This record gives sequence, C-alpha cells and structure tokens, in this order.
Amino acid sequence: MTRKQKRLSMIVAAGMVLALAVGLILWALNDQIVFFNSPSDITEQKVKVGQRIRLGGLVEDDSIIRGEGTTIVFSVTDNANSIKVSYTGILPDLFREGQGVVTEGALQADGVFLADTVLAKHDENYMPREVADILKEKGYWQGDKTK
Amino acid sequence: MIAELGHFALVLAFAIAIAQTVLSFWGARALDVRLMDMGRTAAVTQFLFFGMGFAFLTMAYVGSDFSVKNVWENSHSTQPLLYKFTSVWGNHEGSMLLWVVILSLFGALVAVFGNNVPASLRALVVSVQGLITSVFALFLLITSNPFIRLDPAPIEGQDLNPILQDLGLAIHPPMLYLGYVGFSVAFSFAIAALIDGRIDAAWARWVRPWTLIAWIFLTLGIAMGSYWAYYELGWGGWWFWDPVENASFMPWLAGTALLHSAIVMEKRDALKVWTILLAILTFSLSLLGAFLVRSGILTSVHSFASDPERGLFILMILFGFIGGALTLFAWRGPQLSQGGLFQPISREGALVFNNLFISAATIAVLTGTLYPLALEAINGSKISVGAPFFNITFGPLMVPLLIAIPFGPLMTWKRGDLLAVAQRLMFVFGLVIVVTIAFVAFHDGGPVLAPIGIGLSVWLIAGSMVDLWERSKLGKVPIGTSVARLTGLPRSVWGTTFGHMGMGVALLGIVYVSAFEIETVLVMKPGETTQIAGFDVKYNGIREESGPNYSQAIGTFVISIDGQQRTILEPAKRIYQARQVPTTEAARYGSPSELYISIGDFQKDKGIVVRIYYKPLIQFIWIGCIFMAFGGAISLTDRRLRVGAPKRARAKRAVAG
Repeated sequence: MTRKQKRLSMIVAAGMVLALAVGLILWALNDQIVFFNSPSDITEQKVKVGQRIRLGGLVEDDSIIRGEGTTIVFSVTDNANSIKVSYTGILPDLFREGQGVVTEGALQADGVFLADTVLAKHDENYMPREVADILKEKGYWQGDKTK
Repeated sequence: MIAELGHFALVLAFAIAIAQTVLSFWGARALDVRLMDMGRTAAVTQFLFFGMGFAFLTMAYVGSDFSVKNVWENSHSTQPLLYKFTSVWGNHEGSMLLWVVILSLFGALVAVFGNNVPASLRALVVSVQGLITSVFALFLLITSNPFIRLDPAPIEGQDLNPILQDLGLAIHPPMLYLGYVGFSVAFSFAIAALIDGRIDAAWARWVRPWTLIAWIFLTLGIAMGSYWAYYELGWGGWWFWDPVENASFMPWLAGTALLHSAIVMEKRDALKVWTILLAILTFSLSLLGAFLVRSGILTSVHSFASDPERGLFILMILFGFIGGALTLFAWRGPQLSQGGLFQPISREGALVFNNLFISAATIAVLTGTLYPLALEAINGSKISVGAPFFNITFGPLMVPLLIAIPFGPLMTWKRGDLLAVAQRLMFVFGLVIVVTIAFVAFHDGGPVLAPIGIGLSVWLIAGSMVDLWERSKLGKVPIGTSVARLTGLPRSVWGTTFGHMGMGVALLGIVYVSAFEIETVLVMKPGETTQIAGFDVKYNGIREESGPNYSQAIGTFVISIDGQQRTILEPAKRIYQARQVPTTEAARYGSPSELYISIGDFQKDKGIVVRIYYKPLIQFIWIGCIFMAFGGAISLTDRRLRVGAPKRARAKRAVAG
C-alpha cells in the first residue's frame, strides 16, 4: 500500500468505528432514556400507563405504610398533587417522610405507581435537583434550609 | 491558632505556586538554569506548605476543634480516631484540599525525580503543573476555605455523614485522587511539548511512568469505590452507571488508551499528535469529573452539598484549561513532526484498534452522562440515562476490543501476520469452545449470552498467557531454562500479561454475577429458615448493642449447608446519635462467591424484612482490577523506564540543542 492508501484505510477504519458508536448511541437514546415527572404530571395525564419514568417529589407525611410484609406503600407529593407508590424491597436508609425522593418504575392502570427502584441518597441534607425544581415550580421551595 | 496557621500556609503555598509557574516558564524560555532550579525549589516548597495546611486541618480534626466550621460540620468528639482522620476529606472543602495537595505532590515529584528529562522541558512541565495547582488553590481559598472559624465555638460537632464512617473512606478518595490528579502530569507534559514544539519517541518514554502511576491508582480507586458501595449501601450493587462513577471511569478509559498509544509513539515514533491529544483529553475528563461531582448539576449519590458559585468557578477552570490546551494543540499540533505510517496488520495496528474502540466507548459513556444536561438546557425536559443505555452502547463496543486483546501482544511490529497469530491462538480457541460447550451442558438456565461471555473471559485469560507460554518454551527445553527465560523477560511483557488477564478475570466476575445472581426479599420471623443457592439461612432474632457513636440492632442468621453449620452472619441496622441517621450494615459470607444479607423494616409481628443475595464469583471483579493494577506496577519497574535508553536520548538532544 502506498502512504496515501494507508492513511486512507486508517481514516476509513476510524470512521466505521465512530459510525458504529454513534449508531448505538442514537438507538439507545431513542429507546432507553427515562423521563422525569412530577406527581402533577401524572394527575394531568401526561404519563402513559406502563411507560417507564422517574417520579420525584417529597414523601408525603403520614403516608408510609410499612411493617406489613415486604411491600411498602407511600405517597409522593409535589404539594399540589400526590401519587401512591408501591415498592417491594428494602428502602434506602435515608428514606423518610417529608424528604425528597426519586423513584423509578411505571404507572399502573389503577393509578398506583409501581416502583422497582428508590434512589438512595448518601447525605441527609442533599436534595435531588429535579425534586428541588419541581417544588420550585409549585412555589413550595424554601431554599436550602440546611445551609 | 492552628486554623490560622493552616490558612496562612495555604495562602503562602498559593503564592509560591505562582512563583513556580512564572520562574519555571521564564527559565525554560531563556534557558536559564538558575531560574529553572528556583522553579523546582518552589515546586517542592509549595508542596511542603500545602502539606502543612493539610496537617493543620488534620490536627484540628483529631483535636475536635469545633471552632473550625469545617470540623464542626463533619466531625464529632465520639468518633473513633480513624474516622477523625478520614473526616478531613469526607467533605467538599477537605477533599478539595486533598486534591490540591496531591496536585502539588506530583509537581514536586516531577521537579525532584524528572532527572532524565531535558531541563527545559522539565521546567515547562513544572510550570504547567504550578499553573494547575495555583488555579485550584485559588478556588480552594475563595470558595472552599476549610479554615473558617465559628464564633462562638459550638461544644459538639455535627458528626461525619454516617455512611462515610467506614474504612472505605480512608482508601477510596486518596487512591482515586492520586489517579485523577496524576493524569495532570501527562497533561503538563503534553502542554510542555506543544510549547516546546518538539516531540519524539523519548517524550513517550518520559510520560509513561507518570501515566502508569496515575492509571494504577485510578484502577485501584475505582475498584475500591465499587467494593465499598457494594458492601456499605446494602443494595448489593457494584456498579450503577451513576454519573459520578462515569466521571471517574472516563479518565480511566482515556488513560488506558493513552498507555497503549504511548507504546506506539515510543517504539515506532508514530501516533505522536494523537498521543498528545489523548494526554490532554485524559486530564480534561478528570476536570470534567471534578465539575460534575462538585457543581451539584447532576443527581447522583455522590454529590456534595452544592453551591452555584463553586460550580461556576470550576466550569471556568474547565473551560480555561481544556479550551487553552486545545487551542494550543490546534495551533502547534500541525507543526509537530508527523510520525511514520504503518501497515494496518501489525502491533501498531492492534494498538490503534485498541485506541479506536476505547475512544468510541468513552464517547458513548460521555454522551450518556452529559445528554440529560444538554437536553434540559435545550428544551427543559428532564430525563435520566441509566444502566440500559450504557449496557447496549458500551457493551457492544467492548466486545471487539476484548476479542482482539490476545492478538495484540502476539503481533510483530511493522508487519504482522494475522493468520500466523491466529494459528498460535488455535489452542486457546479450542479451550474456549470446550469450556463454553461444557458450561451450556452442565449449567441450567441463565441468559443466552452468559456462555458467550464466559467463553470470552476464558479467551482473555488463556489468550493473555500465550505470549509467556511461548517465550518460556515450556516443555520444549529443560524446566530450569524455561524459568530462566521467564525471569529474563522484559517486565513490560509480564505487565501486559497481568493487565490483560485481569481484564478477563474481572469480565468473568461481571458476566457470572450479572447472569446468575439470586436475590430474594422476604419477611422472616425468629426461628424461620429459608433456602437460597444451596444455603440454609436461619433467622435467630435480633439484639440491641451500642457502638462508640451509634446504637445498632443486629440480626443473627445461621448459615448452613446440608445441615452443617458454616457461619453466623450478623447484618445490622445502625442509628448514628449525632445526626439520628440510620445505616445498613450488610453481612457477607464466602469467597469468591458471596452470600449477602441485609435487614430492613421491623414488622408488627416480630418479623423482619430480609434481603438475601447470592452473588456468584463477584469477588473476581475486584480481584481482576487488582491484577490489572499489579500488571501496571510490574510494567513500571521495566528496565527501559529507568536506565539506558533515556540517557542516550538526552545525549542526542544535547548535541542537537
């Protein structure tokens, strides 16, 4: 091969790998991303039943029913609307009433959100940004009280 | 007094870092040995002062001086001594100080140990290193001063976040930072070469040990982080594709590519411009990681309490360094002497193959990490990109690379013979077929891809050893000769073997645990027994105990196989007094496969929610990483990095200059 051909073959190979990567990324972005919604989005029927989403908000006071088997039921609220969430498993340590929470799962036909993941937090002062935004939208955000 | 001294030491160190930057640069351009020497002295001195600042903060922590705000926020008088030490970097300000200390450490190390590098190039490296350090020191002093006082001084501290009160905090962040920050040296070398306008094969040899050191620590740091998350969070997960994990993973990927491309540059004087670019990008990804973690822009389990001012400052640093470096690269890069070209089928070609796929995989991870941010900025929609995205992009991009790994070291330089190499790998290929078929035959269930993944692991592990096997001529010559041949091999051959084998071992663990782990969540009452993966797990009840700064409820589980008692596992739930925060302490049994138990809510009827996992071969994941790091360490001791060749290069340079 001449010098030119060698250079060209390198560029073609690089282009092919890059195209493969871009193709995979686009395909995955089409298919595998999860939207973040607030309880109000669900009440306003912006979320389809069975669609995988992240639901964020505050854990509503006095809403946690625990201690009855492995399934825990609680409500997530943005102080305007609230949605009942059902989760089977062990909740993260910092899961508490009145705290921000992010859950992932899908809405069922009966209006209960079936979560398979409840995101853990490492720090009790930490508020997920999306949850803070939702609360700001609804006018309930009081700033970083903890600071 | 201690806090003021510490603060003063930091300010002084910052000033010295600026002096280091200016003097070294001036010295390098004017070829003035005295100025360059002053720059080097400054590099060592500023490290001493940053170290002093760090020592003073540590003293404040160990002495529980709660008049220092940072100590008050993150420590407590009842904390065990070890955690008083580790609390120093268990928060934003302290960890930033650690980051700066390590930056200045690397600057000092280059100043002291870079003897084989031409003086002017070394001075430029020290100068760039000084610039990076001073910018981060400024960030520390302006936005994150750890020495702020409180008046009146509180009597008791707020305690360290309980989840961080673990040995993991003593190991994970320092290792990770040594890795992250260590890549700054490669970056500085790249910038220095661009300013100098000259690069040759010797440059790659000078950079290589620094890159290797950073890579080894980053490998261990990531592995330790994964292991820590696994045993501490009580979720049994070892990798979450969390944005902050990705932030550490991307520099690792780019650093791995850099290690490989630098070999081509060193041996064949090719891929020079690309290697320089990789060195810049690797540290840029480290900086991006720092931004993502500390700006609070991403929802992540790792985020520090966020502050927009800090985020903006780091963003400016990020743009300054990456933008500056890439501009310099665009300006000077084309003037650098182009390297030679080579046949696609050759050792060089194999290393390019490695670089192509690692780069593509890095792009995939980068896209997945930044896409949510970009989308939100564009149209305000909030999305998350989770494990499924990374599994279907990163996974397929890794497969060709993993298949190619055993071929690489067997290829000859310049012009390889793919067919001949394939023939040498025939035996390994046969082994893979046998293992895969045997696995399908004897192992019921599991995903279809599992046997393929296991075959690929065997391919990697056995394939990596072919080079050693052939070179030893084991079985063809007397055993003594074989041993002599093996011990006489260049250390880098051993390093390659261990590195690639480690990859295979880790892959085996990943495939096995992903395909065959068993999870069960159930309610157990005292006296009840459940079965999982051949183990009988009997719950005996709960007892209360108190530790130094927490109280805990410990569950007792008797583990037996076929009626034979093996061990007693005692997972616990702790409540830390100062913050009234609960944590879960999982209990584990077995090696390399683990039984993993964590406990949850108490039931009204004396029952308890129990989560039991069986994690087959999970420890292989971390053992594989240790293999990789060990391979790197062996490579580091290779003769050519220490003596001989660099001296010749210096002599040549002196004549040329």
